[in-house]
Amino acid sequence: MSVAYDDVLRWIRSFAAEVEANKEYLTQLDAAIGDADHGINMQRGMSAVLAKVDAQAGEQDVGALLKTVGMTLVSTVGGAGGPLYGTLFLQMGTAVSGKSELSPDDWAAALDAGIAGVEARGKAEPGDKTMIDALVPARDALNSALGGGVAFADALGQSAAAAEQGMRDTVPLVARKGRASYLGERSAGHQDPGATSSHLLLQAAAVTWGGSEEGAR
Amino acid sequence: MKKLINKPDDVVTEALQGIAAAHAELVNVHFNPNFIVRADAPVQGKVGLVSGGGSGHEPMHGGFVGPGMLDAACPGEVFTSPTPDQMLDATKAVNGGAGVLHIVKNYTGDVMNFEMAADLGRGEGIEVEAVVIDDDVAVQDSLYTAGRRGVGATVLAEKICGAAAEEKRPLADVADLCRRVNANARSMGMALTSCIVPAAGKPTFELGDDEIEIGIGIHGEPGRERVKLAPAAEIVERLTTPILEDLPFEDGDDVLAFVNSMGGTPLIELYVVYNDLQRLLGERGISITRNLIGPYITSLEMAGCSITLLRLDDELTRLWDAPVKTAGLRWAA
Repeated sequence: MSVAYDDVLRWIRSFAAEVEANKEYLTQLDAAIGDADHGINMQRGMSAVLAKVDAQAGEQDVGALLKTVGMTLVSTVGGAGGPLYGTLFLQMGTAVSGKSELSPDDWAAALDAGIAGVEARGKAEPGDKTMIDALVPARDALNSALGGGVAFADALGQSAAAAEQGMRDTVPLVARKGRASYLGERSAGHQDPGATSSHLLLQAAAVTWGGSEEGAR
Repeated sequence: MKKLINKPDDVVTEALQGIAAAHAELVNVHFNPNFIVRADAPVQGKVGLVSGGGSGHEPMHGGFVGPGMLDAACPGEVFTSPTPDQMLDATKAVNGGAGVLHIVKNYTGDVMNFEMAADLGRGEGIEVEAVVIDDDVAVQDSLYTAGRRGVGATVLAEKICGAAAEEKRPLADVADLCRRVNANARSMGMALTSCIVPAAGKPTFELGDDEIEIGIGIHGEPGRERVKLAPAAEIVERLTTPILEDLPFEDGDDVLAFVNSMGGTPLIELYVVYNDLQRLLGERGISITRNLIGPYITSLEMAGCSITLLRLDDELTRLWDAPVKTAGLRWAA
């Protein structure tokens, strides 16, 4: 099984719809430990992305599509989310440059490259209470599922489930990166907004490509 | 939400249009990407000074664009970092051949966006240096956080570096001076009330009628401790003691004292604060030789204040006194 250009486009649209539906929720999470703009910023960025990619229907290069998403997020989201999600998509796009469809291994390579980019840009490590806490478990679950011969649809479901678990596991953590870190101990007890939007991203992939209901809201 | 706005989504754009209309002799305002630039930019042979950050802190940064201070400012959405495309275009617009200095407040988003912009600018052959301002002593444990936030010292650094750039000093000198201002300045703020981001429509945090937040940042983000309201003299002591101990400021030091309104606190209360501050510093043998009092780095309509102290030497004093002509700060020689 592989993912075609139009499937990637459907995933982007599905993520945009999830961000739209969860705009208030993401903003509320951010208000508790940050500056109350994550949902608003991501929604602004993803609507700009939709306007851009709608003009690119009928293209073939998945890498170019992902880079367009990344550049659009960089120039429209602002905050920390802009460079971080922008870098995630830019590096994913670079990893699958020129491909018109993605095999499961291509997707794993793209996710790996994207997460490495986020780590380099944000310098966060697992446990710092950031989007990395959802992304890294999702990547590891995907790799181990694919390595163990699990079908792509199920591997995507396991990856999304790991992202969800990682997201929930941010609740007790004390933030060490980003604006939440200024709260010290007071950041514990709240779910990280960045890990939450990252879970939405991977859940959208599982639902769009794998038909997974895992973690569906 | 009671605000003098038309539509929440239009606040930043309409305010920029207002600035363009009000201060056409000083600045030009570019849209898409948004930045405010000196009307006479680029000034040949002068280091270009670019700063930026979320909107909602007016007059910072756009109100500080003009001769003797910034060459360009990049406003983001309210309390949201601007983006690299804005910073890159601003950098190109102010490059007069002597390089460009980015003055960046230490917030995760601002730092990452300016880093991306500096990479892009260097890619286009422009010499770019960046100095990160991190003067907020409320953040105690910088090893396990994103580090100290950039607050009041930003205004002072922009003024002093602007004067040095006007003297056509080289980029490395202006950047060193910026680091020196940052190294000799410390700040701490407090809030009496929360504030409402227009797009959010609700207060960023809740404070009881008798509660205040000590160690507040400039984005309505909660501070480190919440205490009962107290007389101004006690609050001033709570803010000033950590500032003095951190540098430390010592007997015999000359300082610039900057008492800043978070937006909602009136000047009469700032003077009450200044009075308590000058008495407290006097008792410790610290002389206030320059001051700045008013709303310069605000947090929308939040009531509260911040105190910044900058240890002065002859050079910093001279550069502070140099003429400046901006919408927000203006004096002659």
